[in-house]
Amino acid sequence: MKIRPPFFTIALLSSAILGYEILLMRLFSIIQWHHFAYMIISLALLGFGASGTFISIFQDSFSKRFSHVFLINIMLFALSSIGCFLLAQSIPFNPDEILWDYWQPLRLLGIYLLLALPFFFAANAIALALTCFHWRIASLYAFDLMGAGLGSLGIVLLLFVAMPLQALFIIGCIGLGALVLAAWELGFQQRNTVYTVSLVIGITIIILHNNNELRLSPYKELVQIQRIQGTEIISEYSSPLGLLSIVQNDIIPLRHAPGLSLNAKTEPPEQIGVFTDGGGLTAITRESGNPADYAYLDQTTSAAPYHLAQLNKVLILGSGGGSSILQARYHQAQQIDAVELNPQLIRLLHEDYAEFTGHLLNGDTVQLFQGEARGFISETQEHYDLIEIALLDSFAASSAGLYALNESYLYTVESLQDMLKKLQPDGYLAITRWIKLPPRDNLKLLATAVDALDNSGATNPGNQLVFLRSWQTGTLLIKNRPFTNEEIEALKTFCNARSFDLDWYPGITPDETNQFNQLAESYFFQAANAIINNERKDFFERYKFALEPATDDRPYFFHFFKWSVLPEIISLRNSGGLPLLEGGYLVLIATLFQALVASTILILLPLLFFKKTIMTASPVTAAISRNRVIIYFSAIGLAFLFIEIAFIQKFILFLHHPLYAVAIILTAFLMFAGLGSGFSQRLIQSGLYQPAITFAVIGIVVLGFLYMAFLQSIFSTNQSLTMPHKIILTVSLVAPLAFLMGMPFPLALAKLGNIAPEMIPWAWGINGCASVVSAVLATLLAISIGFNAVIVLALVLYSLAWASFPIQRS
Amino acid sequence: MNYLILKQFILLWLTLSLSILALPDGLAKDPFAVKRAKMIETIEAEIKTGYGNLANKKLDDNVISALNSVPRHEFVPKKLQHSAYDNRPLPIGHGQTISQPYIVAIMTNLLHVGKNDSILEIGTGSGYQIAVLAELVSKAYSIEIIEPLGKEAQARLQRLGYDNITLKIGDGYYGWEEHAPFDAIIVTAAASHIPPPLIKQLKPGGRMLIPVGSRFMVQELLLVEKSEEGKVRTQQLLPVAFVPLTGKH
Repeated sequence: MKIRPPFFTIALLSSAILGYEILLMRLFSIIQWHHFAYMIISLALLGFGASGTFISIFQDSFSKRFSHVFLINIMLFALSSIGCFLLAQSIPFNPDEILWDYWQPLRLLGIYLLLALPFFFAANAIALALTCFHWRIASLYAFDLMGAGLGSLGIVLLLFVAMPLQALFIIGCIGLGALVLAAWELGFQQRNTVYTVSLVIGITIIILHNNNELRLSPYKELVQIQRIQGTEIISEYSSPLGLLSIVQNDIIPLRHAPGLSLNAKTEPPEQIGVFTDGGGLTAITRESGNPADYAYLDQTTSAAPYHLAQLNKVLILGSGGGSSILQARYHQAQQIDAVELNPQLIRLLHEDYAEFTGHLLNGDTVQLFQGEARGFISETQEHYDLIEIALLDSFAASSAGLYALNESYLYTVESLQDMLKKLQPDGYLAITRWIKLPPRDNLKLLATAVDALDNSGATNPGNQLVFLRSWQTGTLLIKNRPFTNEEIEALKTFCNARSFDLDWYPGITPDETNQFNQLAESYFFQAANAIINNERKDFFERYKFALEPATDDRPYFFHFFKWSVLPEIISLRNSGGLPLLEGGYLVLIATLFQALVASTILILLPLLFFKKTIMTASPVTAAISRNRVIIYFSAIGLAFLFIEIAFIQKFILFLHHPLYAVAIILTAFLMFAGLGSGFSQRLIQSGLYQPAITFAVIGIVVLGFLYMAFLQSIFSTNQSLTMPHKIILTVSLVAPLAFLMGMPFPLALAKLGNIAPEMIPWAWGINGCASVVSAVLATLLAISIGFNAVIVLALVLYSLAWASFPIQRS
Repeated sequence: MNYLILKQFILLWLTLSLSILALPDGLAKDPFAVKRAKMIETIEAEIKTGYGNLANKKLDDNVISALNSVPRHEFVPKKLQHSAYDNRPLPIGHGQTISQPYIVAIMTNLLHVGKNDSILEIGTGSGYQIAVLAELVSKAYSIEIIEPLGKEAQARLQRLGYDNITLKIGDGYYGWEEHAPFDAIIVTAAASHIPPPLIKQLKPGGRMLIPVGSRFMVQELLLVEKSEEGKVRTQQLLPVAFVPLTGKH
């Protein structure tokens, strides 16, 4: 072949694919729910695996017409990236009906297949380029990785300036850009035709773009509220953290006051609703000038600490629309610091609705910081009378789209310990959560608090805890000192006046519990009593939901599922038992199962049905051990993402901001892996396959263990660095590991290319499938054994890959 | 060949017509009666196997009779009529659902309404729940916030002859002051809290029931009881026979 490899096209295409993948997660988080978004996109990525199979089978004819096939696949990517999403969103899939309505699984399958197409076309183009230019395979792969790195950074920037649907059309246009670039880079003879076609398609895309809108599931909160007469979406703001929809209704006002006492006589003043990704309502409340209008804020469980002492310095983590700030102000706190992750939400309070809220944030008392809770806690020098984790999952929810794995570093043992350190000696840590039936969240939180107090040196944690609840919300109060009798008397008065139940305080008796809001049994008291009095192991075993506290290594506070209970729940499906299922975990299991089945088929298909093509086309291919190829490429596919995902988690705790942490680490990983791949090209030219792989694997294993041992202390020592310095440190820590991790894949591909280039697409497909399985498996493993164990497993997998190289039969 | 098919068709038609004639009067008029009876049988069986929140683990006779009287298939979209008596919730358009019959049965039973009672429903939806309750009480009021849904329900209930149901379209937050107080209130529309005016409009000794959860899955039944002295307390009931804690080893 005389034409030179299309390096820049591969980079641009690869950046578009990565951007598209992240964008799809955003789009599906808006129109559906994010755990399903995760499943849909994971499986759509199997398009990569399918492309390996497809090219394996048809590579002879494709290689002869490389330029044409390459260009057509890029064009199909550009078209399908837009078209397939628009078609997929018009399929009325409703996850809630999946167990009743047999059409739903078919609809889901339809969505997978549609969304797999863009990945399939793009991967075809890349796999074909790798096969046809196998002598520059490492360089090509380097461009592929570096393009992906730029794509991950680019999409975050794009999502700040474009609405999600606009971003979809822009990515389609980038695909067209790749088409034009490819025609130019390949010196394609009819390139003028390609330019014209691209231009026509581009103009059509721009025209069509205005006629489309996102179709949200009719069961999302935002769509539901829009059906009420008078509801108006007055503005929308989009960022990678979420799509904010600001909703107003002048006819039937919004009244958002979760957890309000049954004895309350007042209702909230006028409110404006803010929805994130069509759900997660938080309200901005009008300043009426009359303090009595805010009396409702004294009628929720979260008001309890204000009745125990005069609280002057208050910190609110997750301020959302500002209800907790108003509550603190209502109770005359002198200094209110609040932290919110989403800058657009802050802008709403600071600018757009500053007047509406009576300049809530501009007073002397209130200061709102943009940032993440753990980060703020670790950096602040202040000590507070009250630290409140407000009742909105805004920290978790706002990052839903980019980061749908459900980790939460807010409700871990270490997090609570950090917060306790930032309290005044008699200060309170107050955490309010929804009451679920049967109880889950609050019990796990209680167990987490007991661990945190134990670790902080408390001799009797039970004396430093109080739990109270309404029918809807429960508030846990934690202190660094025992609660006094005066405090307990004040609590009893507070709860009696509001019909709230006290389920734990030092000295409580069973007959005082479960009075106003009666559950079948006094579960909260039983749990608290068992956990505090060292019967926790037995209680955790007997309880049908997982209650073991979350830690930074296993940050899955929202994971309550136990396999042993599944048969019972299934047997109760016709008598209202399905809500007992913890959907998120099962969706993950279902995703893994489907990915494994599809991957096995895709990997074995070329072997079983096209033996002639791959196995005996030439005597040399017969010398390749197919088992070794499968082991090698699966192992590095699994290991690469295991390490990437686990280190993203570890660095989030250092950089604190989930969005920036993910973007920076992902970009750094891909860029330096790209450089590693580029470096491999030199070693390949010298024929140093085996030493290079040995060097890379030893390096990865050594660095992996070193990081596991010392990363935590590096983070602790450098916690006070400024953000730019933290980023530099992060990138320099990621760089050597990623550089080495970028080497094994191109080295083995090049080796394969040397002996049997026709097997390259198959190896590419195996790697693609393994990557999909890996992403899902990493989360499942982290839930049960923690991220450190995931890293160890990855290092074992790298060693296994090393052992299975060279890939020839021995 | 064609003649044979025609002959078979005529035979089948004759058999079906004769079998309908042979059925009891009610069943002949209402082809869904068998399905409805089967639905009630299923609900009773599910409750019998363990649901502990009803006395003797069985539905009251008047609740069974009410469920038997209401033609549920009239409350679902035409294309879903074949599933109307399946024990599952169904979408009715406008992002709303008709509840699972099992849940409707339990909620109706838990309200313990009497013949002379006056009840209020917030969130009419298809109108099925209020129709079932209207079989048991003298006056039933219902408020629907979504206009097209309310109009559809109104026309349907009129057509089916439910004279004791009064329906209005509007905001249910303030209840229905002019018909208050009520012996029972059922709130099927999602709200972030229980509106204080509704608690005020509940008679002393009255019961309010709120299903909590998503449109398709009820997680909890919140039963609010107002004592004769006006004190309010709640019972938080699972709609299912499930005990989260296994016995001590």
